[in-house]
Amino acid sequence: MDTRGHAPASLLPRPMRVARVVTEMAGTVTIELEAGAFAFAPGQFVMVSSPGVGEVPISISSDPDDGTPLALTIRAVGATTAVIAAVSEGSWLGIRGPYGTAWPDIPEGDLLLMAGGLGLAPLRGAFLRALRAQERIGRVILLYGTREPGMILFDRELLGWMRQTRAEIHVTVDQAHPGWTGNVGLITTLLERERLDASNTTAFLCGPEVMMRLSARQLAALGVSPSRIHLSLERHMACATAQCGRCQLGPLILCRDGPVVRHSDVGRALGIAEL
Amino acid sequence: MEHDGELRAMGAEALDVLIAALVARGYDVIGPTVRDGAIDLHKIHGMGDLPIGVTDEQEAGRYRLAPRADGAVFGFSNGPSSWKRHLHPPQTRLWHADLSGDRPVYVSDVEAPARPMAFLGVRGCDLAAIAILDTVLAADEHYQARRQNVAVVAINCGQAGATCFCASMGTGPAARSGFDLALTELVGDTKHEFLIETATPLGTSLLAELPTRTATDEDLARAAAILETTRTQMGRTLETAGLKEDIAAAAESPHWQEVAARCLTCGNCTMVCPTCFCTEMEDTSDLTGAHAERWRHWESCFTLDFSYAMGGSVRHSPASRYRQWLTHKLSTWEDQFGTSGCVGCGRCIAWCPVGIDITAEAKALQAEARP
Repeated sequence: MDTRGHAPASLLPRPMRVARVVTEMAGTVTIELEAGAFAFAPGQFVMVSSPGVGEVPISISSDPDDGTPLALTIRAVGATTAVIAAVSEGSWLGIRGPYGTAWPDIPEGDLLLMAGGLGLAPLRGAFLRALRAQERIGRVILLYGTREPGMILFDRELLGWMRQTRAEIHVTVDQAHPGWTGNVGLITTLLERERLDASNTTAFLCGPEVMMRLSARQLAALGVSPSRIHLSLERHMACATAQCGRCQLGPLILCRDGPVVRHSDVGRALGIAEL
Repeated sequence: MEHDGELRAMGAEALDVLIAALVARGYDVIGPTVRDGAIDLHKIHGMGDLPIGVTDEQEAGRYRLAPRADGAVFGFSNGPSSWKRHLHPPQTRLWHADLSGDRPVYVSDVEAPARPMAFLGVRGCDLAAIAILDTVLAADEHYQARRQNVAVVAINCGQAGATCFCASMGTGPAARSGFDLALTELVGDTKHEFLIETATPLGTSLLAELPTRTATDEDLARAAAILETTRTQMGRTLETAGLKEDIAAAAESPHWQEVAARCLTCGNCTMVCPTCFCTEMEDTSDLTGAHAERWRHWESCFTLDFSYAMGGSVRHSPASRYRQWLTHKLSTWEDQFGTSGCVGCGRCIAWCPVGIDITAEAKALQAEARP
């Protein structure tokens, strides 16, 4: 679903009531909203504000097709996100959007999802879509890397997917603690173990930029076409309507041309420091 | 002169009649006026507010007013303000919200000015800049509300400065499009007149109220000669052939570091640029928390905050920030909006406190690309 250019130009938020707040880990919550009819595609983002405090871009972590409420997973990292992450059920947030490009439709061949840290949130909807399409597509592989075992996002849901679906899911942490029997190391070490059918693989990547840059480079080296490697990029976004100039990456205006872009379109730009 | 519109001539004093006619139609007339040692763009009430007999001397990092003996009304080149200030103001309230009830109520602050604006004395470079903003901010309701119903009286530029290069950018010195009326100032020893040309029904109806005569072939020849003189007055040039590609290819040039050794990252160039449109949002509330507002204000790609995301600034070094500005102006603007982001007005050169010259820096990068 290509939603480019369909974003409303209005900068006026819609008030939405907070239906439920789920604590994912310390400082990170998933906020479910009473959004009413709200069409979006996995990978898109909304602008979320607390009136009088500030506004931030947040990707959508719910699945548009399974009837669940609009959900946003937010980590308190700055003044605005700290206030938003502390909202209580029944309070109100201002929402604009959805904005930006979505993940491509689930491809016919093998689908590789690579997520780092909170980057699993915008991939969640795409993963659930892939599970539903599993009858007609090839392998569904989810590689997830995070800092430490206590910072595994959607950990219970991940366990459920591991046990109850055919998806191949591997998790790694940068730093283990006693009791962790899983993988330790960067997400690229998980990729090294996968025997990918490179010519038949499409990859969706979301995480810290350095993680995506290294993973995309490794995938390209394995023979995955850069035009089938999709990344979700982040820059400062103030308007989300391509009018504030803040989220430029070379020729791209990422709120409009992204956040989901092809590696073939951004590989050079990502390799230039401070662009 | 490249238009087919009706061409008339009028005495210079009839400019007062034109201003009065605009005011009578409900316009606030915005035009050049001397303020704080510069020719700036503000609301004017009559011809007396215009910088009659004043010119400016400009060079890289330098701007000074000086008298001119011929009493020309538009005998200066661009001052620090552009029409951007009136179309896309430095601060705009986007909405306000009432938070006193159970549910917040957001109210849009999109509104047209109480009186439509008439711009008097818009040069070719600035007509091009307005056309660029029209494209960039096409979906911005706040811009469009101010832009609608703006009347434009252009001036065929009769005085270019040492920092000007509109001829290189193909935007001037003649006013080509985007106006209702266009003037050419004819200053002579015995006569001081304006040629006046209409391009729209509004222009034609205004023209009908002015004390004009039919323009002669001699008037036309003088107007053409004035534009030719203006062309030769420009102190700067920019080679645009291959420029977009050369600048894009120069992303990792050591030259950015060389410019950064001089650049103060003050952002003056972005403030005076007639097309720089970047903004920041700011939310405010009153002490009770019952009322909130969102404001949009100009922001510059030279600040660290501009690219702040993910816990740090993407463009930390001054070199990367100058690269962003120049590359956006001369290269990626074309990818994004289909035109150059530079109109050749020269403001960024004059108002840079250390005199960094976009044409010189572009030339240095071009020379690296094609040794």
